[in-house]
Amino acid sequence: MNSASTRAVVVAPAGHSAPALETRSLTRRFGGLTAVNGVSIRVESGTVHAVIGPNGAGKSTLVNLLSGDLAPSHGEIILEGTDITRLGPPQRSLRGLGRSYQKTNVFLPLSVFENARLAAQSRAGSSLRFFRPVLREGAINRQADEAIEAAGLSARRDRIVATLSHGEQRQVEIAMALATAPRVLLLDEPLAGMGAEESSGIVRLLSRLRERHAILLVEHDMDAVFSLADTLTVMVNGTVLETGSPASIRASAAVQAAYLGSEDTHHD
Amino acid sequence: MTHAHASRRASAPALRFLLQVLLIAALASLPWFAEKYYVQFVARIMIMGILAMSLDLLLGYTGLVSFGHAAFYGVAAYVLAMLTPAYQAAGFWTSFPIAVIGAATSALIIGFFVVRTHGIYFIMVTLAFAQMLFFLFHDTRLAGGNDGIYIDVRPDARILGWKPFNLERYDHVYLLVLVLFVLVWLFLRVLLRSRFGHVLAGIRVNEHRMRSLGFETFRYKLACFTIAGALAGIAGYLSAVQFGVVNPEFMGWHQSAAVMMMVILGGMGTLAGPVLGAAAWMLLELGFQSLPVAGSIDLGKHWQLWMGGFIVLTALLLPSGLLGAWSSLARQVSARRGAGPQTTANPMASAGKGRPLDRQP
Repeated sequence: MNSASTRAVVVAPAGHSAPALETRSLTRRFGGLTAVNGVSIRVESGTVHAVIGPNGAGKSTLVNLLSGDLAPSHGEIILEGTDITRLGPPQRSLRGLGRSYQKTNVFLPLSVFENARLAAQSRAGSSLRFFRPVLREGAINRQADEAIEAAGLSARRDRIVATLSHGEQRQVEIAMALATAPRVLLLDEPLAGMGAEESSGIVRLLSRLRERHAILLVEHDMDAVFSLADTLTVMVNGTVLETGSPASIRASAAVQAAYLGSEDTHHD
Repeated sequence: MTHAHASRRASAPALRFLLQVLLIAALASLPWFAEKYYVQFVARIMIMGILAMSLDLLLGYTGLVSFGHAAFYGVAAYVLAMLTPAYQAAGFWTSFPIAVIGAATSALIIGFFVVRTHGIYFIMVTLAFAQMLFFLFHDTRLAGGNDGIYIDVRPDARILGWKPFNLERYDHVYLLVLVLFVLVWLFLRVLLRSRFGHVLAGIRVNEHRMRSLGFETFRYKLACFTIAGALAGIAGYLSAVQFGVVNPEFMGWHQSAAVMMMVILGGMGTLAGPVLGAAAWMLLELGFQSLPVAGSIDLGKHWQLWMGGFIVLTALLLPSGLLGAWSSLARQVSARRGAGPQTTANPMASAGKGRPLDRQP
């Protein structure tokens, strides 16, 4: 698990002062378009930090930069005091950064259990193990089952993911993220396309997860955002408009003008 | 679920095991009642079966469409040819491991470059590397050029004076092929159920997600490519022993394409499929080649035309191969008998089934 340690540089002592996840002037250009422009945010441990903004504000690009799916044009990403800007997605994941995807990105032809099991297996050291059957890997299987239970999918454990409803597939996303036992969790619209009942289950799950994780949440469902978030960052056109507590964001005139006032025009 | 039904399902693995043992016993007894020609023909099918299973590890299980797999088959054959002194025998216990390691090493080196590419580029670079090897042996005097190189005396299996088998005898070659065929089969069965095998399935289904889960997929794909190359080397060595001659055609793209056809014909993502495909291919080749002359056209001489037509028909009518057609037939029969739904919780379910469904908006 420490294979990547030689490439990461400690830029701050990992202690009380370092936030779980931090970006410094993070920028990403696509040709002439600057999708993320000089974004600096701090996600503290044990909190939910929500990023909101109109469509095209750069929220998903930000998550993809954080997870390593995209490389930044400028700026730094610091995970628990360590610069991870140059690391690829696998190394970031092994360092405790988990994510879910906006568009369901799971193993559709495999069972729910196998989805979570692969996620749990990624934490169990090298998988260059050729002989022992996975069915006898007790620790991995328990970790997978715990994640399935936490995501509320126990009744669907042996179903093929492709046969599940859209909302259940979103829950598989979360089960997989949990099975990797991340310390920092990036959730890209976890409630997208979910029914009201499924949504409230996930909101309850996320509020339980808050205690032991730092969560960066991108979400359009404002009820969920304001009930979960400790800190809110509002993005518009790739830049941070304002960061603050839910109350101060709600009261901000600039935010009202740029975003909340036009909420229903892009609400699902 | 009735009691009888439950017990029938419980006995299915035992029945399958029994059938496999009987099949192996029947194959092992073949040299005692069949003529040399047929024994050698079945040995050939098993050698192609090993090669096809090794390709299926890439093609059906990992989703790596290698169009140059015969390169490693050819490398091992050439290693044996070059280790064999003129008019003397190479030692089996040294030449066999060296040939397999040679194939594995070339797969490791080539894999280091090709495994970084995806999709159509992977197909192109595997073909390109295999053709480079082909022309290396075809156009240089390294090992007989395009005429190839003869193995005058087959490898000697003596250990400390004791000779467990004699590869100058066709029936002993056959039994060696059978033993290695069974060992490769068992090895792959175990491998596919291990952590490594499940990682390969994950890569086939969604490599991007595997990376975001923390798997360095390059490492696993390279290991897979190397293992497949080593197993192809076993087949190449056995072919060289059986034929007594090695030429560049061993690693030509015709050979790579033929193995790929065997895998697709039989059914990707299974072990029985490629073996079935190898047997069907060899039998069809034999059948089409022995077609008579009709008027002014020699039907047998143009066997590749009939084979091509057959492949097209199979691809259109049986998209999951002969084995897929067989198991869907078996499912229909058991459904008609009132059996319950088949469990599909097998995570190693073949590539053809369970294609990602259209995502909901």
